[in-house]
Amino acid sequence: MYWRETMRQMNDIGIGSLIIVALISTFMGAVMAVQISYQLGGQFIPRYYVGYLVRDITIIELAPTITCLVLAGKVGSNMAAEIGGMRQKEHIDAMEIMGVNTSAFLVMPKILASVLVVPILVSLAAIVSIVGAYIAAVPTGLFTSAEYVQGIRVFLEPWNVFIMYVKAVVFGFILAAISCYQGYFVQGGSIELGKASTAAVVMSNIAILIADYLIAVLLTS
Amino acid sequence: MIRAEGIYKSFGDQQVLEDIHINFEAGKTNLIIGRSGAGKTVLLKILVGLYPPTSGKVWYSDVDFTSLDKKSVRDIRMQVGMLFQGTALFDSMTVEENIRFPMDMFTNRSMKEKIDRVNYCLDRVDLSGVLDKYPSQLSGGMQKRVGIARAIVLKPKYLFCDEPNSGLDPKTSMVIDKLIHDITIENNITTIINTHDMNSVMEIGDNIALLHNGRLAWEGNKGEVLTSKNQVLQDFVFASPFLQKVRDLHA
Ligand SMILES: Nc1ncnc2c1ncn2[C@@H]1O[C@H](COP(=O)(O)OP(=O)(O)OP(=O)(O)O)[C@@H](O)[C@H]1O
Ligand SMILES: [Mg+2]
Repeated sequence: MYWRETMRQMNDIGIGSLIIVALISTFMGAVMAVQISYQLGGQFIPRYYVGYLVRDITIIELAPTITCLVLAGKVGSNMAAEIGGMRQKEHIDAMEIMGVNTSAFLVMPKILASVLVVPILVSLAAIVSIVGAYIAAVPTGLFTSAEYVQGIRVFLEPWNVFIMYVKAVVFGFILAAISCYQGYFVQGGSIELGKASTAAVVMSNIAILIADYLIAVLLTS
Repeated sequence: MIRAEGIYKSFGDQQVLEDIHINFEAGKTNLIIGRSGAGKTVLLKILVGLYPPTSGKVWYSDVDFTSLDKKSVRDIRMQVGMLFQGTALFDSMTVEENIRFPMDMFTNRSMKEKIDRVNYCLDRVDLSGVLDKYPSQLSGGMQKRVGIARAIVLKPKYLFCDEPNSGLDPKTSMVIDKLIHDITIENNITTIINTHDMNSVMEIGDNIALLHNGRLAWEGNKGEVLTSKNQVLQDFVFASPFLQKVRDLHA
């Protein structure tokens, strides 16, 4: 029962978010390529540095953070609304009467699914973003294909990839836990449900940004 | 047997229930009646532990339910069936999955046994051909009956029904009342029913408790309803001019 529900959630979060994550990452990479080239232009810095910078900024910061901020908006509001609706329609009460531990039954599959799927989405975002930078810059002549490929292959630090996955797991947990909490304790009617859904997004976003800072401090010092 | 002992309940500064003492007997249909807003649903939810009472105790046989830890509450809950006022069917599941849900959670019966039991329960509430439908595809009365089927699927020792026949036509309503009454006697269930349906009161009112403004205004059985001089009861029962005429003719 729990496993089936976890699979369903993984499908919802993962497949359901593929397009938006891909879209955002493509533009994220493209904008970075253009702007970093602009910032470094005319200086005595080798052009392959653009590739190196795009890669590391993506991995350490943008892929996990931007992806999870977006997911908090999409997945988090959905989770809060789903659980909140069940609370308001007395589904949670009905389950309690049947002896189900509802907090575990409804919340655990969502958290588990989120912690498993978000890192996959973040990896995808990182790859797509790096490709996006290539697509935006090479045809327009900001740097050559060879320079970019050289850039993304130098100074590769496995530790940075580790940071990315730490962030992905922590953010995935945060957005699911906060959103489920908001839904589980909702009261009243549809107005309160709307508020809970908004609160889920706002609180998750704030918590993700704070966690982002803390992880940065902890793992880079 | 379930016993409410000095139950008080308030939400904020609104006092909803005051000093409720009632015995609900096993093998009987115990009715809680009263006007809309009298506090029937709140009392029922306190009895099953969905709301904590502000003060007072609820006893299941000789167990003090209000002071149990979570685990023991769950053990008792497995013997509880409840029909909610709004049915609370899970709308992402079919009728079959809804009724099977308690069995899926708590038994390791084979699929065949479970399906047989689902069919038996559906048969008892007089429904057929709805196994694969979703609750939203059923009429309100059919949803009620599915809700009852789900409540009795695990053969509960305690059955709670919040307005089992609101929204049903008189004929179906009687079928449902009779069904609840029958299984109560067959399995010696402690059944507690919230209702403001006078037909139910007169048909299956083994024990009746009348709530009025959050207080217990009258207790008795269906035989005593017509003869009681209790003013609140008389106002409640003979609310319509039609029934008043019937009473006067009867007298
Ligand atoms: N969760 C709650 N929070 C605050 N007040 C509540 C809550 N639930 C019920 N009440 C109040 O308690 C009173 C009794 O409500 P209850 O639902 O028990 O009535 P009822 O007798 O079941 O009525 P009906 O026959 O219409 O279902 C009402 O005045 C209601 O406003
Ligand atoms: Mg009610």
